[in-house]
Amino acid sequence: MNGVHDLGGMQDMGPVQAEKNEPVFHEPWQGRAFAFTRAMGAWGKWNLDAVRFQREQIAPVDYFRMSYYERWVVALVELMLKNRMVTHAELESGKPGPGSAKLTPPLTAEKAQILAAKGVPASRDVAVAARFHAGERVRARNINPVGHTRLVRYARGKIGTIHMDHGVFLFPDTNALFLGEKPQHVYSVRFTARELWGEQAAPQDSVYIDMWDDYLEEA
Amino acid sequence: MTTTRRDFLTAAVTAAGAAVTPDLARVQEHDHDHDHQAVPSDPALRVKALESLLVEKGLVDRSALDALIDTYEHKVGPRNGARVVARAWTDPAYKQRLLTNSDAAIAELGYGGLQGEHMVVVENTPKIHNLVVCTLCSCYPWPVLGLPPVWYKSAPYRSRAVIDPRGVLREFGLELGDDVEVRVWDSTAELRYLVLPERPAGTEKMSEEELAALVTRDSMVGVGKVTTETEKVRA
Repeated sequence: MNGVHDLGGMQDMGPVQAEKNEPVFHEPWQGRAFAFTRAMGAWGKWNLDAVRFQREQIAPVDYFRMSYYERWVVALVELMLKNRMVTHAELESGKPGPGSAKLTPPLTAEKAQILAAKGVPASRDVAVAARFHAGERVRARNINPVGHTRLVRYARGKIGTIHMDHGVFLFPDTNALFLGEKPQHVYSVRFTARELWGEQAAPQDSVYIDMWDDYLEEA
Repeated sequence: MTTTRRDFLTAAVTAAGAAVTPDLARVQEHDHDHDHQAVPSDPALRVKALESLLVEKGLVDRSALDALIDTYEHKVGPRNGARVVARAWTDPAYKQRLLTNSDAAIAELGYGGLQGEHMVVVENTPKIHNLVVCTLCSCYPWPVLGLPPVWYKSAPYRSRAVIDPRGVLREFGLELGDDVEVRVWDSTAELRYLVLPERPAGTEKMSEEELAALVTRDSMVGVGKVTTETEKVRA
């Protein structure tokens, strides 16, 4: 989706404001929002790509107005409603609906520590042929899918060189929509800054973008 | 979508009590150029109401939330990455492993896990400067750097790091000459990037621990360099 989240190359967003000695969470609610979003993921009703896609669907004006963790909360609520884990009435009242059975949370404190320490690998140990190899010239396809994609707009149609093959990973475009993992190679592709941005860019600079096989074509 | 953002705001505010309704109006109208550090009071109430609901329904376990927050506030952070960098500076064989098999080399020091499952380490030299960004969201190597700072997740950084990296670096106080090649790494997939900064001159006699104390988070994202005067990276 050509949404506002795809920010690469936009201008006039203002200066980067770095804060000295920034805390991990500025307010306690941010930590709570971070944690219950992660904990709800443990139900296995959605995946990371679906979460990202949900956040990308926040209306543009709201996306910029909301702070980072507000976006997390809004996307989480949408996912919980879609999966009938909460109801509108419960959100309004703040109380479990009548007859709602108390469940057992899948993520305990112990499992939370294991989750943080082990992670959730997105690589897949399956034999899939690589269509491209280091050193080859490739073109990022000019596609504009309305669903989730990690093919950044600023690289579409541009020519780059395969820098390295990272191996086989699940494919976010289908995974986000629960259409299967479609495992395929992910490559680091080097684009010269001039190919992306024209003469204004320094001739020696470049941008390396990770791209799935389906995002590329021969050039 | 089955509901809108506004529905949720309204619902959650109702749940948190009618007294906060004026805050809702304020949030909806407030200045687009607001300071991103300033948090309106109502998200705190909304989040509190939502957490209570999820706990009461048995959807989340409060002790699991506490454990996650404790992990990322106190156990995982840029100190981890600093130790990786210092080891690479003092042990050439380790550095080689770090650059070629990053996951295993980082795991040697006991680090790994969520949002660091697939690591790539890129080395700065006098002629090559690496800079890491996630233009699409906020991808960041948690096990070695912790959760990302606000600026890394902000529109100004995400938009400009790829089109004007030298301008962004200048705002961080780093002026790079024409003899330096800038390589920007956009974290669009599940690979997570750590910059191995240059070891500063005059540190030949320092121990690995002393070196680790010099390494800043910013230098490992690529928006800073390590100097002997750098403020110590936060734990």
